[in-house]
Amino acid sequence: MKDWFKSGSPWIWMTAGAVSISLISVIGLLAMIAWRGLSYFWPADIYQFDVRQGDTQQVVIGEIYDREQVPSKRLLNMGVDLKGHQGETVERILVKTGNREYVDLDFRWILQTDINATEKTPGIAVFERSRNGNFYGFVEQVIKDGQPVDNEQLTVLIERAVDLADKAVDLQNGEIGSINYRLERIRLEQKSLELKGELTAEIIAQFEAEKEQLKEQYSVYEKELFQLRKALDRDEVVVRDMRDKLVTLRIADVLDVHFPNDMSTLDKTGRFFVQLGKFVTDDPREANTEGGVFPAIFGTVFMVMLMAVIVTPFGVIAAIYLHEYAAKNAVTKVIRIAVINLAGVPSIVYGVFGLGFFVYMAGGSIDQLFYPEALPNPTFGTPGVIWSALTLAILTLPVVIVSTEEGMSRIPSSLRQGSLALGATKAETLWRIIIPMASPAIMTGLILAVARAAGEVAPLMLVGVVKMAPTLPIDGNFPFVHVDRKFMHLGFHIYDVGFQSPNVEAARPLVYATAFLLVTVIIALNITAIGIRNHLREKYKSLEH
Amino acid sequence: MHQSNTLSNKPNTIRKLKDQLAKYGVATGGIMVLVALLMIFFYLLYVVKPIFDGVTVEPKLSIVLEDKFQTLALGTDDHVETAYRFTSQPALEYYQLYGPNKTDLIKSYVIRNGKPYSAFAASMPHLKQYAFAYDDNKIVIVKPQFKVGFANNRRQITPKISYPFGQDGIEVSNTRAIEKMAFAVTPEADRAALVYQTKESSAVKFTSLRGELNFMTDETEWYQETIELPIISGKVDDIHVTADLSRALLLQNGELYVFNIRFANKIKLVSKTRVVPHDRKITASSLLAGASSIIIADDSGKICQWFEVNSETGREFTKIRSFQNSNKDIQGIYPEFFRRSFAVTSSTGFIDIYFTTSNASLYEDQILDQKIEKMASSPRADAYLVQTQQGLELFDVENEHPEVTWSALWQETWYEGYSEPDYVWQSTSASDDFEPKFSLVPITFGTIKAAFYAMLFSVPIALAAAIYTAYFMPAKIRTVVKPTVEIMEALPTVILGFLAGLWLAPLIEEHLAAIAILIILLPICIIAFAFMWHNLPKPLLNRLPQGMDSLLLVPVIILVGYSLIELSPWLNDIFFDGDVRLYITDELGISFDQRNSLVVGIAMGFAVIPTIFSIAEDAVFSVPKHLSHGSLALGASQWQTLVRVVLLTASPGIFSAVMMGLGRAVGETMIVLMATGNTPIMDWSVFQGMRTLSANIAVEMPESEVGSTHYRILFLAAFVLFIFTFIFNTIAEFVRQRLRDKYSSL
Repeated sequence: MKDWFKSGSPWIWMTAGAVSISLISVIGLLAMIAWRGLSYFWPADIYQFDVRQGDTQQVVIGEIYDREQVPSKRLLNMGVDLKGHQGETVERILVKTGNREYVDLDFRWILQTDINATEKTPGIAVFERSRNGNFYGFVEQVIKDGQPVDNEQLTVLIERAVDLADKAVDLQNGEIGSINYRLERIRLEQKSLELKGELTAEIIAQFEAEKEQLKEQYSVYEKELFQLRKALDRDEVVVRDMRDKLVTLRIADVLDVHFPNDMSTLDKTGRFFVQLGKFVTDDPREANTEGGVFPAIFGTVFMVMLMAVIVTPFGVIAAIYLHEYAAKNAVTKVIRIAVINLAGVPSIVYGVFGLGFFVYMAGGSIDQLFYPEALPNPTFGTPGVIWSALTLAILTLPVVIVSTEEGMSRIPSSLRQGSLALGATKAETLWRIIIPMASPAIMTGLILAVARAAGEVAPLMLVGVVKMAPTLPIDGNFPFVHVDRKFMHLGFHIYDVGFQSPNVEAARPLVYATAFLLVTVIIALNITAIGIRNHLREKYKSLEH
Repeated sequence: MHQSNTLSNKPNTIRKLKDQLAKYGVATGGIMVLVALLMIFFYLLYVVKPIFDGVTVEPKLSIVLEDKFQTLALGTDDHVETAYRFTSQPALEYYQLYGPNKTDLIKSYVIRNGKPYSAFAASMPHLKQYAFAYDDNKIVIVKPQFKVGFANNRRQITPKISYPFGQDGIEVSNTRAIEKMAFAVTPEADRAALVYQTKESSAVKFTSLRGELNFMTDETEWYQETIELPIISGKVDDIHVTADLSRALLLQNGELYVFNIRFANKIKLVSKTRVVPHDRKITASSLLAGASSIIIADDSGKICQWFEVNSETGREFTKIRSFQNSNKDIQGIYPEFFRRSFAVTSSTGFIDIYFTTSNASLYEDQILDQKIEKMASSPRADAYLVQTQQGLELFDVENEHPEVTWSALWQETWYEGYSEPDYVWQSTSASDDFEPKFSLVPITFGTIKAAFYAMLFSVPIALAAAIYTAYFMPAKIRTVVKPTVEIMEALPTVILGFLAGLWLAPLIEEHLAAIAILIILLPICIIAFAFMWHNLPKPLLNRLPQGMDSLLLVPVIILVGYSLIELSPWLNDIFFDGDVRLYITDELGISFDQRNSLVVGIAMGFAVIPTIFSIAEDAVFSVPKHLSHGSLALGASQWQTLVRVVLLTASPGIFSAVMMGLGRAVGETMIVLMATGNTPIMDWSVFQGMRTLSANIAVEMPESEVGSTHYRILFLAAFVLFIFTFIFNTIAEFVRQRLRDKYSSL
């Protein structure tokens, strides 16, 4: 044993242990995010619990949300009746009961010892609603236009209501939104002319006529909207809830219904994918704690693309300079140190810089020069997607430079020399030989930059991200792309919903799902980049021989 | 072939030109990287610089006064466009300070038709209330007002006068022949306190006035109560009443008497303190903005700040700090409206400006060659209005950030209401009377603490893992393991922070005993397993693949971890009496936050592991193989070769890896933001949270007003972070370059 210790072998095992710990934590972390994120979409079974606490007997219907072991001693100290339970711990389950407007708490902890019976009753419906969260209960009657109809019709009626609601939202955001946007433009144009002193009675009259016309259009659309809303109000469904009371729900509020206890695994799988699809394409509801994350995905992608457009030329040119042109002197050394430091500066410092320099200084000047009519309301002098893209472009610049340079260093110098020997200038060699050959490396750098930018939150909190953006940065109103707008971001969504939302418990699965989405995208991007890089290495290795 | 054709067809000059253009274009692009870094550096510096700028006082305007009345008090409006002056006529006069008619007397209100008054008193400057006492037992309170209107897009300020207690004043019994008085009125003008001494009596009296709106007549009825202050008798030098009507401060023969006058029926002496030495006389005194401090100057030119401090013997007035003025004849002390600045005037035309919190003498200069009779600061402290024998002089004052000095940022400071000097970061509060506390020490401490715990967790694991991966692991497994660990670097920190805050923190709280035991038990289990493995029959061992130790350990570690978590309720029962949190707070007396340094250490450690691992692994791996082979050939064991040859050669690379990791831990924002309570406390305890520089910026930046001191200090925090990481990264890079050169020569 002593010899064994002396040989140093235990210490080698210890270092091996460190590798195992790292591997377990990486894979465990990813697996946990995936499990928790994906189980959000799986339709959970709904249980009916027969609960007796003290003298009160009550039925609780809901899905099991969480379980934990509680020391019996602590509960006994608190004066909880454990009904003669033996053992160190008692299991406690967290039940999501929904029906938020009818019960005090939509989540409740129930001790296993208080539960008399648990039953997976068939026929329990889960209503997904646009307000007040889920509703659990038994469908008693479906009412179509005041007349009771067959319960089978429920899904058809819900589909109709969802269609109508979609139309109403489209009308409101599309046509009506566009009219409001144009009215605002007219007001700003008028103000602008007034500031320039070119406002004449003629022009005012013209503006007034335009406004009049828009208002007329508006009233037409408004009427249409009212009609849609009226049509929405037509149907109802009567549901018996866990208090054994009949509750009438407006079908207009119901987004979806399903009966998880009656579903086969295949049905559940189908629903899993439907829910996943909805999560990716829907707008968030109820202060971001329900619904999808589409605007956040859109905002992230748009900002990242804008950033890629900015960072690629700069990064590539800097890499070309460092690798092809720079002499081995002090300036080059300083530039290299600058690149390393740009990569190492904390991201929040970029946020502070972006806020001060881009938003207040550059944006403020743009407002003074080009948008004086909107002042004191800032146009560009406020956080927005363009400033976020610029800030992150500086932040990811080193990633592109390092990756591109690495790619260039792998191109055999015989190719360069061959080109120069045949009479090409350095610029021509660069343009026809080096850049085409380095393009996969550039691509790798770009992908890594995009992955980094997609996960960065701290600087964005200062330069443009918001918890709820009323409009997307791209819409149907001229000039279609609005880079001055604020946007939503997946990473910030996680922070906001997980830490700032009023009902953290209800929002937690959604945060896991969002985290899973973000992690998947980033890991996929990284693996792609690594793949390209490895492929490239192999390719150039074969060129050298 | 096609390509070469197109090339040779072009004239050579154009090709040369293009080549040159490309050269310069690319060089410019390269330099841009450097420019970007320098721009960040200088921009941060540019925003930070004004907080360290000195104070300037520039003459702007003189107004010659024609009347021969004495000036009682001065003031200006918010925009320094109109000045007002109370004269001994008595009248309130307004002077224009801008435009073509500047220096003109624009309006004059004579108070009570010029009836002679017996005494005059001014309130705290931000309340803008002035009182005249008359021999017919009347007290008239006057308030200059400025009505702001907009005409032709130009701000128009119309001066007005208002009498909160009526134009004819309010009758207060027995206030004939007042010699000295002080008063305070609530902003709603429903309560007032008056402390005074008449010429005839040696007693000091206090009158409390309380107004009640009569709903029948819609008039305010006043209830008053007059009480003689106990203990004090004889002529007093000065009287002050705090703006919240709770204290009366009287100065007599170098002693400060403080009375609690909050309740008229419970008047009592709070403290009696000697504030100047016996051989000195008080020359001036004034309350400071916020009204909890008094500034007292004596005839040796010493100016002291006193405020109430909780001590063992109850609340006591304590001397907090003092300033020495080079002029011995201090005439007056003039506080600012909201900040803890005050100006001191002397008979020779000197003005000194001080800031109490930061203990700073900001300015000292002779701005006039004659005596300064009266002075006033403008509401925004951007101008001083000074009265001399000839007339009024207006000075522009540039004093934007008096709160910040090197000592206020980095040294212990005694804040109002604190019992001793302390390091405090508290930038904003709902109250106007708030004294901002900008000590960077607690948040710098928090940054170091977070980084320390993160490094404590990550350095051993990352370095050990790097050594094993680079030196012992078979190449095939290495190509899988290395990218797997490195991919963690790409994991967004917001996700790590979210998991740390919502998953890890409750987990640790619940299984604290299990986790503590895990740290000790894990290495023991690993060694035990290794020993067992070592003693396996040789034929069996030979058939198993070599170098799979790390993979073999995976199930062992998972098993140990899982069983400890399962046993956790039982362990908690043994070690913590069943409830960890209760036990730690009650039995050990340590405060316990759920989101504490342990959680941050683990979560941020995770974020840092891949950085350290990746660089250290490269460093160990690139140690030339002939070195280790040589050592092994000479009979050294694997471990000896590793420790004596490989690690020694790679040590600069390992150092640079740790530096890089430290740089990352110092600047990390989202994890600390989400996994701690963000309270700026100074405590090394593992069970408490912290606030770091970066989290502080993320929390407070969106709410700070652009250009304010707070905004600039947050930029300073960013600048400090920038410099921190710049140093770490530059050292790390430098060491790495040296190492690379050394290897290439080997």
